[in-house]
Amino acid sequence: MLRLVVRRLLQLIPTLLGLSVLLFIWLNRLPGGPAAAMLGERATEADRARIEAALGLDQPVWVQYGRFLKRLSELDLGVSTQTGQPVWDEFTRAFPATVELGVSAMIIAIAVGVPLGYFAARRRGSWLDVTAVSGSLLGICIPVFFLAFLLKAVFAVQLGWFPSFGRQTTGIDATEITGFYVLDGLLTGEFDAAWDAAMHLVLPALALASIPLAIITRMTRASVLEVLGEDYVRTAESKGLSRQVVRGRHVLRNALLPIVTAVGLLTGGLLSGAVLTESVFAFGGIGSFIKTAIDERDYPVLVGFIMFIAAAYVVINLLVDLAYSLIDPRVRVH
Amino acid sequence: MALLSVDELTVTFTGRGRRDAKAVSGVSFDVDQGQVVGLVGESGCGKSVTSLALMGLLPSRGVKTGGRADFDGTDLLTLSPKGMRDLRGSQMAMIFQDPLSSLNPVVPIGVQVTEILARHRGMKGEAARREAASLLERVGIPDPTRRLKEYPHQLSGGMRQRALIAMAVACAPRLLIADEPTTALDVTIQAQILELLKELVDEEGTALLMITHDLGVVAGLCDQVNVLYAGKVVESAERRELFDAPTHPYANGLLGSIPRLDGPRGEPLRPVRGSINDTIAWEDGCAFAPRCDHYTLECLQGTPALGEPRKPGHQVRCVNPVLSDGAAGLRESALPEPDEAPGTDTVGDDGSTEAAAVEKDAAVGTAGTAEKEAGA
Repeated sequence: MLRLVVRRLLQLIPTLLGLSVLLFIWLNRLPGGPAAAMLGERATEADRARIEAALGLDQPVWVQYGRFLKRLSELDLGVSTQTGQPVWDEFTRAFPATVELGVSAMIIAIAVGVPLGYFAARRRGSWLDVTAVSGSLLGICIPVFFLAFLLKAVFAVQLGWFPSFGRQTTGIDATEITGFYVLDGLLTGEFDAAWDAAMHLVLPALALASIPLAIITRMTRASVLEVLGEDYVRTAESKGLSRQVVRGRHVLRNALLPIVTAVGLLTGGLLSGAVLTESVFAFGGIGSFIKTAIDERDYPVLVGFIMFIAAAYVVINLLVDLAYSLIDPRVRVH
Repeated sequence: MALLSVDELTVTFTGRGRRDAKAVSGVSFDVDQGQVVGLVGESGCGKSVTSLALMGLLPSRGVKTGGRADFDGTDLLTLSPKGMRDLRGSQMAMIFQDPLSSLNPVVPIGVQVTEILARHRGMKGEAARREAASLLERVGIPDPTRRLKEYPHQLSGGMRQRALIAMAVACAPRLLIADEPTTALDVTIQAQILELLKELVDEEGTALLMITHDLGVVAGLCDQVNVLYAGKVVESAERRELFDAPTHPYANGLLGSIPRLDGPRGEPLRPVRGSINDTIAWEDGCAFAPRCDHYTLECLQGTPALGEPRKPGHQVRCVNPVLSDGAAGLRESALPEPDEAPGTDTVGDDGSTEAAAVEKDAAVGTAGTAEKEAGA
């Protein structure tokens, strides 16, 4: 088990190196650049050259890459050209919001999707099943940003049940420990702050959850239907076991296997997919930060972000494999 | 009174927008305490559906059952789901065809054995584990304590079927239903499993309903045999009587289709011609008529009644039974000689060691199943 973890983490190194080479080639090919973006349309050639020299962009691309690697070995991702702050600091400020949002969305998607898919399968053809199947189709079809606008217009603006933007109401500031406001509020005992942060999370998390929720519902339904027809479920029934044991131990446990894989893939997608939802709700996570970074050609931030997402994918997949081996003895690693 | 008395059991599959399909159309038979009763027939004759109906394991929607199935005085077909749950696993248990797919791949063998002990005998923890180990030992699984912790994929095919048998006999059921328990196993393992079943039945006095298409299994194990065709019993007799004098043309043809090791070489196989799809509804006449060599116009005048054209207790549903001595219409070489027929004279009242030898002979000697021959 430990060997697998170490081996997979070591695989991160060549993956990230390869990715960074590709990124440098790609960014070098892009028209424009940070200098042009900073100076605007009326900049002179001389100004541009000066800024580029200051940023080191006048050097050949392999020299730039060499500097990047040297800094990276010291865990330094460089300085953002937009804000002048170290990229690392910007990330640690913005990431907790995105992770909090993504995790909340995933919790909603699993907590609703798995039971919904399960009961839809058990009562195949019932109104619940029909609703779940058509609802999930709708969930996949509606663009996330549109759903975000819709939720905001109805539940925040018209009904006023939830706040319409931000992560917390000004004035109710939780003491920051982890950067996850709900968790911080609970840890410090500031329950009003935790509640406030949770209320701010509801709408964006719902919007972000729509696609994973739809996919998880459908996968659970299909998976449970398949398992219900398996011989071992009939064997369990033939032993006269109680419904709970048949369903929990024999049906659900087997049906969960493909869902674990799906959850892993979807979680990785959520991190990068939060961009639109965050900007609709002015959530202040990494999403909106990256959006401006793209506009401003903020190369250090972009490189750092993309490499971070790649690393996150590898780690999440590792977690999925570990979870899988816990559930299914046939793939257990020795 | 018989332990299990099935009377005119019918099972109909109804589907929206599809015609109703009658899988079992009036099956009657009895199983006494300590008796081994065979239910024989080719694929699609309704034998597995019959067993699932008795166990209450058919899906609740899209299936209609009729008739009665009295188990110790209780009608299984009208018993509540809760009542069936209490009976299943404790009073009646079932062994299935494919031991790999019948075991849950992600649950240790031990849990799959102890869960039934917990459910019906209230055993938990160490006591349940000890009992499970002794059950595995009893069905011939070596090193049972280690096996309890293992998963189905770590066991061999024969071992898996033994584990399933251990679960089935865990609560000393009065009726055991085995649905082709040896079909998925290779022949040497088949013989071992049959031997084990025979042992358990002899020791415990458990009644066994053996569902099979393998006449070798019937010859080695059964006391009473019911031959099913298209959802109805067409012949019912004691095993020796059936093998000596198969009287329904279908049963006669099945026995005649078995190639024999001691027959002359180069003899062509004699399959029952046609397939189970060449059938007519029982209401219109004998369902076997389209495949039958003996059929006359009388065969098409309603369902033939069960009669006893040969001797009392040997029931045949046919208007033109095969009554000549031995198995008429069969070539001498293909005919199982009464004295040599697999298992006809050895099993029964004799000791189990001889029976075991015969079973092996039966399983190996028939070299192919009646089903395959019939379908050829």
